Amino acid sequence: MKKIDLELAVGFFVLIGVLCFGYLSVKLGKLEFIGEEKYVLYAKFEKAGGIKAGAVVEIAGVEVGSVKNITLNKDYQAEIALLINKDVKIQEDAIASIRTKGLIGEKYIEITPGGSDKILPEAGIIMETESAIDLERIIGRYVFGKV
Amino acid sequence: MRTLIRIIGLWTLLQLRTIGHMFVFLINSFYFIFVPPFKIRLLLRQIRFFGNKSMLVILLTGSFTGMVLALQLFYILRKFGSEALLGPGIALSLIRELGPVLSALMVTGRAGSALAAEIGMMRISEQIDALSAMALNPLRYLIVPNIVAALIAFPLIVAIFDVIGIFGGYLVGVEILGISSGTYFSLMKDYVFMEDIMVGLYKSLSFGLIVSWICCYKGFYTGFGAEGVSKSTTEAVVLCSILILIWDYFLGAVLL
Repeated sequence: MKKIDLELAVGFFVLIGVLCFGYLSVKLGKLEFIGEEKYVLYAKFEKAGGIKAGAVVEIAGVEVGSVKNITLNKDYQAEIALLINKDVKIQEDAIASIRTKGLIGEKYIEITPGGSDKILPEAGIIMETESAIDLERIIGRYVFGKV
Repeated sequence: MRTLIRIIGLWTLLQLRTIGHMFVFLINSFYFIFVPPFKIRLLLRQIRFFGNKSMLVILLTGSFTGMVLALQLFYILRKFGSEALLGPGIALSLIRELGPVLSALMVTGRAGSALAAEIGMMRISEQIDALSAMALNPLRYLIVPNIVAALIAFPLIVAIFDVIGIFGGYLVGVEILGISSGTYFSLMKDYVFMEDIMVGLYKSLSFGLIVSWICCYKGFYTGFGAEGVSKSTTEAVVLCSILILIWDYFLGAVLL
């Protein structure tokens, strides 16, 4: 009897602990075990301004993917790799723009769908981009009267 | 003057010798972790000792830590008009910092002291010598199960602490202070990343090693008589707590 008790007790503790750890990592840490099918798209920006890996990619306010990484390419542009859900098709003439949630909120990438029939393939490049709005520069221009 | 310098030198050498002795002890124990035969039943017993028997303490401290965090963070965040960030504030401070540290301190107080006392008693009643006389390695029987059990149990204890704390914060933040439950959880999901959870995991693993190592060492090389056991138990708890806080700072600075 005592023997079963020990194993049962340890099993119970380990089970609860693993459940809690799973809750933390899957629900909060967004760890993907099976992983939704995703594909990569690239977008080149003049200014990445505050976008970080893991930032959200949205279409019409709906989350459709995330930023994989940000690198500087040979033309001194920020090249951002986006992971987009497989079931979301993005047209060739779609526009990717860096937006801010609220005035000082976090940065995200918004994709405005285009009208073309051609769908971007895996590792395709979104040609039309709109860089981050530099709030300080706008205020600066306003203050020094160059608007 | 010369004797004063001699005393300082002697003291330093003594401290260095103790530290070296502790590391030799740890490395010897590590060797036996990977060398069969493994003592699975002893390991299970020590997991129960660290894990199951700490559950009540963890439940209480976890829920009240989450609740008081909700109260205090709400008071601070209201000054900036950003009460909505209560969820991520609670989750991040619990997962990255308070969960590992507080549960390690509680387990030190509850299990670590008992461990040091138990092994100390075995030492002074010559049970450890009896093991050696029977050609049973005391490290394998007494120390290794404790170290492995702590390494397994600590991350789980911390995960339970975090989840309970988050729901304790929910209780106060949503039910009492009136933040909407959607805001509490959805913003938490936006701001907590896998890296944060890994930081908590690394911390809890290292704290598990510190607690089991120090408490076993202090018990294993205890002084003479009942006084020696009480002294080494106190030393074990104090040293563990200090090391946990110091190591927490340095790990936090490196992993930030």
